[in-house]
Amino acid sequence: MKKDIIKIEDLKREFTMGTETVHALKGISFAIKEGEFVTIMGSSGSGKSTMLNILGCLDQPTSGDYEIDRVKVKALSKNELATIRNEKIGFIFQSYNLLARTSAIENVELPLLYNSKVSNTERRERAVKALEMVGLGERLHHTPSQLSGGQQQRVAIARALVNNPVMILADEATGNLDTRTSYEIMSLFQELNKTQGITITFVTHEPDIAMFSSRTIVLKDGHIIKDENNDTILSAAAELAKLPKEDH
Amino acid sequence: MRLLNLFKIAYKAIILNKVRTLLTMLGIIIGVASVIAMLAIGEGSKESIRATISSMGSNMVTIRPGADDRGPARGSGGNVQTLTLEDYEVIKESSELLSYITPVVNSGGQAINGSNNWPSTIYGVYPDFINIKVVGLQSGSMFTDAEVKSAAKVALIGQTVVDNIFLNGDNPVGQMIRFNNIPFKVIGVLEEKGENTFGQDQDDIVVAPFTTVQKRILAIDYLNQIMASAISEDDAPEAVTQLTEILRTQHKLLDNEDDDFTVRSMEELISTFSSTSDMLTVLLVAVAGISLLIGGIGIMNIMYVSVKERTKEIGLRMAVGGKGSDILMQFLIEAILISVTGGVLGVALGLGATVFIESFLHWPTSVALYSIVISFAVCAITGIFFGWYPARKASALDPITALRYE
Ligand SMILES: Nc1ncnc2c1ncn2[C@@H]1O[C@H](COP(=O)(O)OP(=O)(O)OP(=O)(O)O)[C@@H](O)[C@H]1O
Ligand SMILES: [Mg+2]
Repeated sequence: MKKDIIKIEDLKREFTMGTETVHALKGISFAIKEGEFVTIMGSSGSGKSTMLNILGCLDQPTSGDYEIDRVKVKALSKNELATIRNEKIGFIFQSYNLLARTSAIENVELPLLYNSKVSNTERRERAVKALEMVGLGERLHHTPSQLSGGQQQRVAIARALVNNPVMILADEATGNLDTRTSYEIMSLFQELNKTQGITITFVTHEPDIAMFSSRTIVLKDGHIIKDENNDTILSAAAELAKLPKEDH
Repeated sequence: MRLLNLFKIAYKAIILNKVRTLLTMLGIIIGVASVIAMLAIGEGSKESIRATISSMGSNMVTIRPGADDRGPARGSGGNVQTLTLEDYEVIKESSELLSYITPVVNSGGQAINGSNNWPSTIYGVYPDFINIKVVGLQSGSMFTDAEVKSAAKVALIGQTVVDNIFLNGDNPVGQMIRFNNIPFKVIGVLEEKGENTFGQDQDDIVVAPFTTVQKRILAIDYLNQIMASAISEDDAPEAVTQLTEILRTQHKLLDNEDDDFTVRSMEELISTFSSTSDMLTVLLVAVAGISLLIGGIGIMNIMYVSVKERTKEIGLRMAVGGKGSDILMQFLIEAILISVTGGVLGVALGLGATVFIESFLHWPTSVALYSIVISFAVCAITGIFFGWYPARKASALDPITALRYE
C-alpha cells in the first residue's frame, strides 16, 4: 500500500469580487498516491487551475483540509509554505514563467538559491544534471528569448525537478505547444514518473494527452464528475514515433 | 537563505536593468551633487566676506558722529558735527582697552601730479592709523607725531593713486603731488590691499597728517570719525560699551537722551555680514533642498514602478520557494546598492563641480563636510525607503496573486 502524497477533504474556494461571490470549487475530495500520474480535465472555468494552485500551496482554500506528504497545510505559516513549495513541489506553468534575460542554467538554479542547505557547487551540478535530463545539456547559457517554446518549457520542467520534489504539478504545461512537442514533453513526464517515481498531477484540455496518464479526474463547475483509472496507458514515446516526420 | 545568495540575486537584477538603475541613480547623483555645490558656494562667500573684514583689522572699533541708523556700509558721518578732538583726547586718556587710536577727517578731491589727476579721498589721521588698519608700507615711512603737530604737508598714497598719477613708473617717494591744490610731499606708498568684498578699492587713498587735512583742506573743527584698535578681538565688545559710557559722560547726555554718536566694532560688522551671507546660504540650501526633493521623488517613482513591474517576478520567486523576507531583502539590497553607488557618484560630481566653479568662474567655494553627510544621507534614505516600501507590500502578497499581476 503506497502512501498518500495528496489528500484533500471537502475543499472549497470562493472568490469575492465586490458584492459577487464566485464558487470556483464547491467541495472536492480525493487522494493521490505516491507514483501516480493523474490528469485533471474539464471545461474552461471548471476550477482546474484554482485546484492546482491550492495543491501547489500557491493559494489557500476557503475551507476544507489539505495534506501534502502527511503534512497539514492549513496549520503552516507563510514561511513554512515557502519551504514546502521549495522542497516538495515542482510547479510548471502554462506560460513557462522563466526570468527574462537570464540564462537557462540560472533559471534552473533559482529554487536552489532559496534553499540554504545546497552549496554553490552542488547547486550548479544539480542544475546541469536537471537540464541534461530534459535534453538541454547543450543550451545551458541560452536565455529564454534564444529558446523555442518547447525548450523554454523544458527549462521550466528542469527548474521543477532540480529540488528533487515529491510531486510535480503542471497547469496546461503543453497548452502552448504543438502536438509533436507536447508528446515529447509527455514522454519526458512518463519517464520521470516511471524511473524516479515522481508523482505527477497534470491539468490539460486535450483528451489525447490524458491517455498518457494512469488516472483522470474530470471537473465541472467546481465538482468532480468523473474519477477513474486508465485501463490502457499509451506510451508517449511510441505515439511520438508514429507521428509523421513533417508534422511541425 | 544565505545573505551572499541574496547579494548575488540583487546584483544580477541590477545588471539586468541597467537603464532603470541608471535613471534611479541620476536622481540621486544630481540631488547630492547640487546640495554639495550650492552649500560650497554659500560657505565660500561667507568665508571670503569674513576674511576681507578681518583683513581690515578685526580689532577695529570705530566711532562716528550721529545716531546709529544700522546701515552696514555708511558714509563718513555726513554733516553731523557731534564728534570733536576733545572727545578723542578724553577717550585716549581714560580707556585702557585700546592699543591704538586716531581721529579721522576725510575729504574727496583731486590728486594731481603734473598733468595727471585722479579723483581720490584724503584721510587726515595720526600715525596710529596704519596700525589700526593693519596696513604696511611698500616704500618710504609713516609721518611722525611731530609732523602732525606742525601740520606738515606730507602724504602717503595707495597703489591706485600711484598707478593713475605716476604713469612713467617713477618712484613716487620724495616727489611732490597736489591734493585740492595744496602741495604734498609723498613720503611713502601703502601696501596693496585690493578690493574688499563690497567692491571698494582700498588702495584708492591718500593719507596725510590729521592737522594738515583738518586745517588746510577742510577748515573744520569737528571729526568725521574716531578709529581705534582694541587690545584684542575679545576686548572689542567691552571696548564698545566703555567708549559709549565715556562719550555719553563727555557729551553730558541725560539718561533719557539717545546717543549722538555710534560706536561699532568690526566684530559687529562681521556678524552683520555673516548674517547676510547666512541668508544667501539659506537660499541656496532651499534651492538645493528642492533639487534633493525632486531627486527623491524621482527615486521614489522609479523604485515604485520597478517593484510593480516586477510583481510577476516576485510571484515566481515565491512560487519556487522564496520567502517574503527573502524578497524583501533582495529589494532592500538592490536599493542600498543603487542608492549608495548613486550617492558616492553624487559626492564625486558635487566636489568636481565645486572645483570647476572655483577655478573657472573664480567664485570662492568651501566644501562643508555636513553638506556631504546630509545630502548623502537624505538620498540614501529616500532610495532605500522607496525601494523597501513597495517591495514589502509585494512580498506580503500570496504567490498566486503576484504571479497573476498584470
Ligand atoms: N482570482 C480570481 N478572482 C475571481 N474569480 C476567479 C479567480 N480565479 C479564478 N476565478 C474564477 O474561478 C472559476 C475557475 O477558474 P479556473 O481558473 O480554476 O478555471 P480553469 O478550469 O483553470 O479554466 P481554464 O481551462 O480556462 O484554465 C472561474 O469562474 C473563474 O472566473
Ligand atoms: Mg486554468
